[in-house]
Amino acid sequence: VTAAMAERVSVLLPTYNERDNLPLVVWLLARTLSDSGIDFEIIIIDDGSPDGTQEVARELEKIYGSDKIVRQLFLFPSGTAYIHGMKYATGNFIVIMDADLSHHVRLHFMWVHSQKEGNFDIVSGTRYKGNGGVYGWDLKRKLISRGANFLTQVLLRPGASDLTGSFRLYRKEVLQKLMEKCVSKGYVFQMEMIVRARQLGFTIGEV
Amino acid sequence: RLSSSPFPLFLIPFLPLPSPLSHPLSPQAAMTKLGQWLCGLALLGSAWAALALAPPGLQPPAPLRQALLPLPVYLLVAFGCYSLATVGYRLATFNDCEEAAAELQEHIRAARADLRRRGLRL
Repeated sequence: VTAAMAERVSVLLPTYNERDNLPLVVWLLARTLSDSGIDFEIIIIDDGSPDGTQEVARELEKIYGSDKIVRQLFLFPSGTAYIHGMKYATGNFIVIMDADLSHHVRLHFMWVHSQKEGNFDIVSGTRYKGNGGVYGWDLKRKLISRGANFLTQVLLRPGASDLTGSFRLYRKEVLQKLMEKCVSKGYVFQMEMIVRARQLGFTIGEV
Repeated sequence: RLSSSPFPLFLIPFLPLPSPLSHPLSPQAAMTKLGQWLCGLALLGSAWAALALAPPGLQPPAPLRQALLPLPVYLLVAFGCYSLATVGYRLATFNDCEEAAAELQEHIRAARADLRRRGLRL
């Protein structure tokens, strides 16, 4: 019986042709998380990339150790990669993010702290509030993003400002429960998770 | 790859919710969002119809009737204006993370150097 609740973050990183970005993402994650004193592991779930992403993952495992990098090859449609990855996660918090450097990894420690402060079940990185934002988007893309978000806010009233963002931290049990209930794939999968979470009464924090 | 074969956006409101027994503290568990919208609209719609289209004997006073009849259209237009204004405002104030992007570039440089040192062939 463990005396203290050891906290560990499992980062689920689905990849496809991310040979160039993967080492950078892993390095950033490793540095940010260990600088913040957070125990972590990174689970790389590759979708059969033809560009050698798996080799890069192997190299990274040699550098960081097998307890920190877990490699999985998974050849099924997206959305289900998370379910597969979760089976190998040993942490009690799970972070889902993209491996293409579209998310700023420095936010990770903000999350874990925010989660502790509010004891949230889910912490979501939002582009629409607070410090959140985008970079390199033209006007048309911004307009579509804001317009679609407005529509979902009106129709679904989800209580979260960014529904399609894919940069999130979940408690492991919460994610497992949500995975059982969700039916969609792709971007809509992210939305469905938040809406279901709301319906089930989970608390959602935003960063 | 992550966004292939999207689930139709508009079907989300139709998704059945978990049964009330799975989480007894959430009162809206018994109905989908679509269900809520339809109920709300039905309620307001019937109230409006009852007052606006009532037979001569039960009609509310004339000024009230004059305001009531175009009310749905008026509300729709008002909502349209609100939507445009809100989206416009949010578009104008959309945060551009210039410094975060610059910071990221620096980190990438540092990462490349460090990884090369540790033996990763980039």
